[in-house]
Amino acid sequence: MIGQYTGNAQGFFIFGLILSLVTSVSSYYWSDRLVLMMAQARPADKKEYFNFYTATENLTIAAGMPMPKLYVIQDPTPNAFATGRDDTHAVVAATTGLLDRLDRTEIEGVIAHELSHIRNRDMLVSTVVAVLVGTLVYVTDFTLRSMWWGGRDNDSDSKNSPLTTVLFFATIIVTPILASLLQMAVSRKREYMADASGALLTRNPDALADALEKIADDRHVSATASNAIAHLYFSNPFGRSGNKGQWIMNLFSTHPPIEERVRILRAM
Amino acid sequence: MNPLYIGAGIALFVVLYVVGVYNKLVTLKARIKEAFSGIDVQLKRRIDLIPNLLETVKGYAKHERQVFENVTKARTSLMGAKSLDAKAEANNMLTGALKSLFAVSEAYPELKANENFGELQRQLEDTEDKISYARQFYNSNVLEYNTQIVMFPNNLFSGMFGFIAEPFFSATDEERKNVKVSF
Repeated sequence: MIGQYTGNAQGFFIFGLILSLVTSVSSYYWSDRLVLMMAQARPADKKEYFNFYTATENLTIAAGMPMPKLYVIQDPTPNAFATGRDDTHAVVAATTGLLDRLDRTEIEGVIAHELSHIRNRDMLVSTVVAVLVGTLVYVTDFTLRSMWWGGRDNDSDSKNSPLTTVLFFATIIVTPILASLLQMAVSRKREYMADASGALLTRNPDALADALEKIADDRHVSATASNAIAHLYFSNPFGRSGNKGQWIMNLFSTHPPIEERVRILRAM
Repeated sequence: MNPLYIGAGIALFVVLYVVGVYNKLVTLKARIKEAFSGIDVQLKRRIDLIPNLLETVKGYAKHERQVFENVTKARTSLMGAKSLDAKAEANNMLTGALKSLFAVSEAYPELKANENFGELQRQLEDTEDKISYARQFYNSNVLEYNTQIVMFPNNLFSGMFGFIAEPFFSATDEERKNVKVSF
């Protein structure tokens, strides 16, 4: 690897950074198309989905932003997501499960949340975080590999005490985990922010709280969601932990627990 | 340090700051203008939907002349309104006239069953929603602008450049009263 050839850690870092940048930025740039393909979404027709379409139109007027492209996903699980690199390349998609189950005010609440993700540039924030996390993950990966390949040299080196070796390996293993946790924490904070921005837009936080409660009741696990785009969804498409004691599960979740979100919205 | 240089540095900083404030206020003012024309776009949509509606209703309820006249009058005054207050008032008049029109059409079941009528009613309701959201957007821009020109230290300069507070698009007294629907 390049790091080995340059013989120092900087090489690893730069290579890791470049690799991470390329993958994250290209997925950010084409996020709208990529995500739609993965979720098998179809464009929403104004006549067929009048509430969905006009609710979005009205909210974009209130927000002073251009109208995003609307898509519908055939899935009985109620959920929605927004993606796109900026205002003018934005996409909002909702499942048939959501559009059938929620009434107009609740749909407005959900769309306001999604539009807020776009306005708060959450795709950009997630991409920056992903680049940083990715760099760390690559660096630790390369370091481990180079140790494995060049390990024979180190055996003769008696300067390293067992303690430093243990600490070194512990750091390499723990760093990607910590980075991931940070990434999840950022995602959860942005979700709270999108809730708040959405409530400000509609002046009606109760509508969003009602929608969340309805979605929470639904027991289906989504068939069309994939892990790669789970973080974009309105609520965690892979089911959620009910127990308050499972705080470890919550640490690794991209979305805050629904009870918390509802509590905060009702208190607005 | 030469006090002359310090003085010049401070003066430069102040000038740049004032330029920044001016540009910000100008931008906010431009946004208010855009929001205002956004309201106009929705009002125009409403105006355009009305002739079709009147034709459809006349096809079934020819004799309800008073209602038609009220709607047409209100529509004309809305088309001619220029200032914010005039538009608000004309818009309310039109809302009242339309309410009577829809109330009257309750008595004609064939009209209610007409698909075109139902579609127009839906579109008008949607347009009224859009007007209220456009007003919300206008008001939030006005709020930001009005706040910026009175905040310190902007308020030291805003009077000098002629930035004065803009009016909110507020509910008129007519709207605040509870509307009675009588048959």
